[in-house]
Amino acid sequence: MTADTPSSPPSERSRSAFEKGLDRLFEGTTLGFALFILLLLVAIGLLVLVQGWPAIQRFGLAFLWTSSWNPVTETYGVLPMIYGTLVSSAIALLIAVPLGLGTALFLSENFIPLKIRTVLVFMVELLAAIPSVVYGLWGIFVLIPALKWFFDLFGVNFTGPSMLAASLVLAIMILPIITAISRDSLAALPPELRQGSYGLGATRWGTIFRVLIPAAISGIVGGVMLALGRAMGETMAVTMLIGNSNSINPSLLAPGNTISSLLANQFAEAKGIQVSALMYAAFVLVILTLIVNILADWIVRKLEAKY
Amino acid sequence: MTTVSGAADAFDAKSLKANKSSSRNLFNIIMTTLAGLCIALALVPLVLVLFYVFVNGANRLDLDLFTQLPPPPGSAGGGISNAISGTIIVVAISTLISVPIGVLCAIWLAEFGGDDTSIDEYVRFGVNMLAGVPSIIAGVFIYGIMVRPGRPGYSALAGGVALAVLMLPTIIRTTDEALKIVPQDIRWASLGVGASKYQTVLKVVLPAAIPSILTGVTLAIARAAGETAPLIFTALFSPFRFSGIDNPIATLAVLVYNFAILPFKPQQELAWAASLILVLLVLITSIIARIATRQKTY
Repeated sequence: MTADTPSSPPSERSRSAFEKGLDRLFEGTTLGFALFILLLLVAIGLLVLVQGWPAIQRFGLAFLWTSSWNPVTETYGVLPMIYGTLVSSAIALLIAVPLGLGTALFLSENFIPLKIRTVLVFMVELLAAIPSVVYGLWGIFVLIPALKWFFDLFGVNFTGPSMLAASLVLAIMILPIITAISRDSLAALPPELRQGSYGLGATRWGTIFRVLIPAAISGIVGGVMLALGRAMGETMAVTMLIGNSNSINPSLLAPGNTISSLLANQFAEAKGIQVSALMYAAFVLVILTLIVNILADWIVRKLEAKY
Repeated sequence: MTTVSGAADAFDAKSLKANKSSSRNLFNIIMTTLAGLCIALALVPLVLVLFYVFVNGANRLDLDLFTQLPPPPGSAGGGISNAISGTIIVVAISTLISVPIGVLCAIWLAEFGGDDTSIDEYVRFGVNMLAGVPSIIAGVFIYGIMVRPGRPGYSALAGGVALAVLMLPTIIRTTDEALKIVPQDIRWASLGVGASKYQTVLKVVLPAAIPSILTGVTLAIARAAGETAPLIFTALFSPFRFSGIDNPIATLAVLVYNFAILPFKPQQELAWAASLILVLLVLITSIIARIATRQKTY
């Protein structure tokens, strides 16, 4: 035993400079890639800003409240698209928030056996996995004819592609986000909250409304904000269903447009100042979604700090 | 909540029984029904979308679909072979770019990020923001770098890079999660027998996390295959066979978009068939991922 004991001094057993260098090199490389993500984010913002600069200089802030998009006369403004983006997202939220929250509550409580719940959770997740363009195709050939049939019953004139059709599909697409994040934040609550409430004699829904929802509210609101960000940036399904008319029409049954649909429709054929104007519009969309996402991130972080 | 006439009768045996018609119990029943209705309503679109995609897509699910090129607008027959191979090529390019970057970034976050919490927070914030970037903006970004007049122009490569931007946050998040569930003891054991940091990460921690990372990457690939917005003005579309990654290329997603808005029945049928392929891809990978993550051991 004693003969096998290594007798070399500590200095020889410590790592060589080469090995230490390898270690530092590895950590440095991974750090480089981590910083690359930040660089990429900045690059996206800067590129859109720089390439939109000619349009920003030419149209200024008036771009935001001009409602004409005319490549022939070279007058560009995105008011109808900002209106369409905000209104379609707002309607989608109005539908998806109650449905999504109800679904989340149903799936986080023990109304039905866990096995069935797991399957239902998976099905709701699948809603988010179906490609946007498939929702668009389905909207054109199934949803719009169905809406037309419905409105014909009441003698209302419904032409087809419209803000309503786009908002309905948007609602379907953002519902899984609201459900998933609300369910997570409800599940993360300490069980003592529920036990305490039941112990005091509260009913199940009394507990949900007075204890669980208030306790999980920041997670729920964070999820809703993330869904709003997604709705504002969603492109394909909206482009295929909204009708792409560059004017403001207060009727939900009339066609409209969103910033992302404008980009999807015009980029491939754009030239000269129109590319710049589209970059400016893209910059507006980046800023809008960035604000919403930063708010969402901030709210969700607040929740994590609390429990 | 029920009103009781006298204090003396307040505690007769009956009052301890649940009163089904009391307002709080009625409220409970109504709310439970409403919540059940919510989930029923939420799943109706899923069933309807899957139903129509399967019924309409199955019409053209024949051998020609996988071997022929799309017919000229208005004529029948043909297939979408170029879009199938195109989707595979574009997604392969984006996977080759996003997986190494994403995995290395996640390694820093999971293994070294704790040492410097301020950078760690910035990077995590950056990943969250990148995940929130609308898919069309990824297309605009790559258009500005690789496509716009004066640059190389529409190409399969540009489409692949645009998709890679979208895949990155998903890959970083899933890899980060996968590395974090590897128990700390394994790292200590590795360092304890004299392995250095990079040996620990590359030879011990990463191999242990590979199954979960693969699951995440597979899901990201399936999602990317259905992405359309970043491709319509980067990869564009092509009615021909693959002719190099520096040329425009057909993809299933863009084919669905282009053919859905054509007024011709044969093209619409091809759009449904392409949708069916995309939906099957997502369905199958999601189910496999579900089964794979359920068998997680540690």
